[in-house]
Amino acid sequence: MNVTACPTAVSARIDQMAANVLITRHRFRWWELLPWLASIGFYFALPDYLGFGAELLIAILFALSLDLALGYAGIITLGHAAFFGAGAYTVGLLAFHGIWTEPITSLVLAASTAAVIGLASGFVLLRTQGLTLLMLTLCFTALLQEGANMAHDYTGGFDGLPSLPIAPVLGVFEFNPLYAHTQYLYSLAALLVCFLVVRTLVYSPFGQSLTGIRENLLRMHAVGSPVRRRLVLCYTISAAIAGIAGGLWAQVNAYVNLSALDLDRSATVLILLILGGYGRLYGAFVGGVVYMALEHFLARIYPTAWQLGLGLLLVMIALFARNGILGLGDRLWRRYRVGRAGS
Amino acid sequence: MTETSLETRALSRNFGALRAVREIDFKLGVGARHALIGPNGAGKTTFINLLTGALAPTQGRVLLAGRDITDKVQAERVKLGIARTFQINRLFRGLSVLENVCISVAERIGAAPSMVCPVGWRTDVIDESLHILEALKLLDHAGYRVSELPYGRQRLVELAITIGLRPEVLLLDEPAAGVPSAESHIILDAIERLPEHIAVLIIEHDMEVVFRFAKRVTVMVSGAVFAEGTPREIEASPEVRAVYLGQAARG
Repeated sequence: MNVTACPTAVSARIDQMAANVLITRHRFRWWELLPWLASIGFYFALPDYLGFGAELLIAILFALSLDLALGYAGIITLGHAAFFGAGAYTVGLLAFHGIWTEPITSLVLAASTAAVIGLASGFVLLRTQGLTLLMLTLCFTALLQEGANMAHDYTGGFDGLPSLPIAPVLGVFEFNPLYAHTQYLYSLAALLVCFLVVRTLVYSPFGQSLTGIRENLLRMHAVGSPVRRRLVLCYTISAAIAGIAGGLWAQVNAYVNLSALDLDRSATVLILLILGGYGRLYGAFVGGVVYMALEHFLARIYPTAWQLGLGLLLVMIALFARNGILGLGDRLWRRYRVGRAGS
Repeated sequence: MTETSLETRALSRNFGALRAVREIDFKLGVGARHALIGPNGAGKTTFINLLTGALAPTQGRVLLAGRDITDKVQAERVKLGIARTFQINRLFRGLSVLENVCISVAERIGAAPSMVCPVGWRTDVIDESLHILEALKLLDHAGYRVSELPYGRQRLVELAITIGLRPEVLLLDEPAAGVPSAESHIILDAIERLPEHIAVLIIEHDMEVVFRFAKRVTVMVSGAVFAEGTPREIEASPEVRAVYLGQAARG
């Protein structure tokens, strides 16, 4: 038996595998089609729930934007509603005051406004980390909300801006409040575009460096990475996508109110992402479906105490599945494969 | 005397009333193998932090190849060729060994800001990282998560990341700290195989390592340079023995 040949053969295989993991990581897998097929299936199977469906898609989009900042770059924030609200109020103000009602360009404007706010606030806030950052993002959002409340003459204050006139999508497809077909497909299209952007980002070297920042900040400084610039850029992009989610929300519901900037909204999106699993792209989808389904159906069965069920689920997740539902699935799948390989 | 690579002039750093590093004049030659020793709290790590730019000096200058770099931030100094390892591992624990090195290589060659092309298309980055791992005999572990490796191997990843930066000056802060003695030879061998042109400054407590590796030794005590010379001179100096070697022997 040739003793020396054996380890080299093994090592060649292992380093090949390690390199292949990196080389093929960004490729589309067949199962990545599933959420999109499910969304299209939902459209045909549950036409009466399309309004709910659009809300769900928007929640997923919002969670996806948070995943970029929190899951990948490790920016701990409890103020992501700031950007959701910025987008929603951009669309709302433009439409209500009759300045601009075309939906797609409105979304672009919503994204831009949110990005500018993300850039400015990120530039200041991202000097801090951890609990300080958490509190500062929370305060910043509270300030924005109070600002929107006080600018009563423009924003409608507590009452918000009702009955927004939104022009038909592409000049053809009208938003009908009774039949939400347009709202649903329009939200789905926006989600798809944003998802592709986020997916490209996280598999790029830029995304890899964000992961590096999350995993070890000091080391990133020591390899010469301009850490703060990367974080601010990531935060800005994340804010822009959250702005699109907010803009969609305003268009689909045809109103804006202060709830767009609520702490409740920041917390909900965080819970939703943790439920699904952060830092793994599809956590937003799984978390979104589970959370919204729970809210929708549990609330119907137990109108007063449905949040108890959600609370219990969260406790279970925090105790037994730190990486959310997807992380749990991952672990079970690995165990199954190891078990099969062993037998 | 060889050419000077890294130099400090009257470099000082105070933390409030504590003068952690005081007026250090220090020269590191091109391709030097230099050890920095001294009792705990002598200011060795603070000195390293001043060299890398992680800390700003209270006074004094840092020069690289004759050029004043005192005002450069850490990231800029890395680009100029100053790299370091940490006394306690600072690794991307959740990522594979290969990816740990890729992050550093991508930063060095300027691939890291790219947002569009996937990591997998940068085969230049991946190839170079694989070569570094091969040179350090880490290739077998390329696919492992860092957190799955024994501590000795993790120290090696720490070194691999730094080599990915292609440094001119390499600052090693107790590279074998915490490694079981049965494994420490892996790291020492790797350090001995570093390219000759790299100037290496090593902080080390293990005198055996110092005398095996270093051509020159600087002794720091209470923030100041206490003595400097060849390992033989340092070993023979009664003053050094009194403040440091004697202490170590007693402890």
